[in-house]
Amino acid sequence: MKILYFAWLRERLNRSDEEVSPPPEVVTVSDLIDWLAGREEDGDLAFGKKSLIKAAIDARVADHSSPIAGAKIIALFPPMTGG
Amino acid sequence: MTVRIGTEKFDPGAESNAFLEHNAGAGAAVTFTGLVRSSPGDAVSSLTLECYPDLARNEIAAMIADAITRFGLIRATVIHRYGDMQPGEPIMQVMALAPHRKAAFDAAEFLMDYLKTGAPFWKKEATPEGEKWVDAKPDDDNARDRWLEK
Repeated sequence: MKILYFAWLRERLNRSDEEVSPPPEVVTVSDLIDWLAGREEDGDLAFGKKSLIKAAIDARVADHSSPIAGAKIIALFPPMTGG
Repeated sequence: MTVRIGTEKFDPGAESNAFLEHNAGAGAAVTFTGLVRSSPGDAVSSLTLECYPDLARNEIAAMIADAITRFGLIRATVIHRYGDMQPGEPIMQVMALAPHRKAAFDAAEFLMDYLKTGAPFWKKEATPEGEKWVDAKPDDDNARDRWLEK
């Protein structure tokens, strides 16, 4: 699946997207964030407070508890500041 | 319903006039335009908005559909830019057309409250002290949540 990163999360990770193949035990968005952060040297620093990371699955807003099975694109981003 | 996401600068007056051209059954139109703010105590030399356009189109379309049902609107349009902008330039515009004034005002405010917290845009300000991401404000969440009780 493809992961998209936006705003300060993108800057801290120094990439806007990547292809990943999480292991089967990564079931939810929450699991995915932990797994992605765990791969980074400074993952906790990059992802920061987990509750601040929002997600979308295939261009629809998702929760941390949303299952990721079958998803093609998962976006992770900080709280939105539009308007 | 119209959702327009793009980097192009737009003319709020021209957009408003175009919106008002087809107004059968309408008695009220409310237009809100958000501008890039720079004030003496809070100077901003430019503003950059990052966007996830596919998600923005989906989320804003859902907000407009909700507003049309909730307030009995005839039509609503949201225009939202991303990319680099200068102080004074329009960032976004919400327009609501309704039979009566209250529905048009309420719908415009409802759409603004949801756009602030639920449309995937992220603001980064360039200031004399350097660049900084704008933090989400708890007040914006509270403004949105007051619609949940209604």
